[in-house]
Amino acid sequence: MEDVAVLDRVSKFYKGFKLDRISFSLKKGFIHGLIGRNGAGKTTTIKLMMDLVRPDEGSIRIFGLDNRRHGKEIRRRIGFVYAENPFYDDLTAENMKRVVASFYKDWDEGAFRRYLKLFDLPANKKIKHLSKGMKMKFSIALALSHHADFIIMDEPTSGLDPVVRREILELLSEVIQDENKTVLFSTHITSDLEQVADTITFIHDGKIRFSLPKDEVLERYTLVKGGTDLLDPDTRKPFVGLRETPVGFEGLSDDPKRVYALFGDRVIYEKPTLEDIMVYTIKFGENRGGNQGAEHSL
Amino acid sequence: MNILISNSSKEPIYEQIKKQIKESILRGELNEGDLLPSIRQLARDLHISVITTKRAYDDLENEGYIVTVVGKGTFVAGQNRELLRELRLRWIEEKLAEVVAESRALGVTLPELAEMLKLLYEDPPNGGNSQP
Repeated sequence: MEDVAVLDRVSKFYKGFKLDRISFSLKKGFIHGLIGRNGAGKTTTIKLMMDLVRPDEGSIRIFGLDNRRHGKEIRRRIGFVYAENPFYDDLTAENMKRVVASFYKDWDEGAFRRYLKLFDLPANKKIKHLSKGMKMKFSIALALSHHADFIIMDEPTSGLDPVVRREILELLSEVIQDENKTVLFSTHITSDLEQVADTITFIHDGKIRFSLPKDEVLERYTLVKGGTDLLDPDTRKPFVGLRETPVGFEGLSDDPKRVYALFGDRVIYEKPTLEDIMVYTIKFGENRGGNQGAEHSL
Repeated sequence: MNILISNSSKEPIYEQIKKQIKESILRGELNEGDLLPSIRQLARDLHISVITTKRAYDDLENEGYIVTVVGKGTFVAGQNRELLRELRLRWIEEKLAEVVAESRALGVTLPELAEMLKLLYEDPPNGGNSQP
């Protein structure tokens, strides 16, 4: 399978924050999720991919091309959805569209009309009079209307109600019905990715914790619940993190076999959610040197 | 054919898909040459990832249940008669195991069960459809 994007040991240093030699790659034809808490480095990573900021180290290839040297050509083939509203508030949606359309030689007016209709967007309303969900849908309609091969969305669902979020997710599934299209979608709302995402790249503190097929991530971990009397220095070892209360413990382990050998049927095993994995890793990751998982890559 | 996925089940989603497609084939709801939904279409309809449906289809293809023809789609494979018979026998075994478990739970003895089976086999309630 072909890689749409390859990041190779990319670093970016800011005061008080660094993106630290991140590497991952995204395959063509899938929905890729980029997760991490606010401030983890998701937006910086996306800006680097879009060549909106320059890396201090490392290289980025998009569509097999170096993104510094072919920035213009690459951007033409990307549909980009910003986290914050990038539009002129006083323009109508129709006029804003004219501005955006003029940048793309592959602009498809028919496609744009179809999305307006699908999303029930009023073209003659001023941007500032659109609701948050409407603005996001408008932004997505623009991104999807110039035959982009790679749709990059920075937090498209944050702050939107569940119905709109679901509509956006359905649309992403629709986009990749064409196996030549790829979606990258950053979010801290992990439940949005739980279902449709094919891969998950987890970024924390400017480092990639893992970048793996979602099913593999979910199979790698198990959530264990049991009585605190079962815990001792040995049985604690296979846990990424443990939450202990007077009525029992709950722990996330990345070694389900070992955990089963230790506890057998004396505890309850559950499938963790991406949120469980994210929270445990962030909250307790430091206990294990804070670097576990970093070696995993696609 | 219906495919119903449970997100709360312990069984991985790709296993659930495999099982349900297999059952549809074994029950004769899907026949040789029937077109299956594409992996992308199925992923969209079930609201799951493409990788998950692909894994299910890859496994089914390796096990000989389906074939993918590039550019045409995925079809139910022509089943080898021996294989099909064996699969159906396995299916009968599974059903019988369920019956045995239920009988044990109810305290029905083996001779009692055998008698019930004998009666049913010789005089099927739905009128002689003993050749499924």
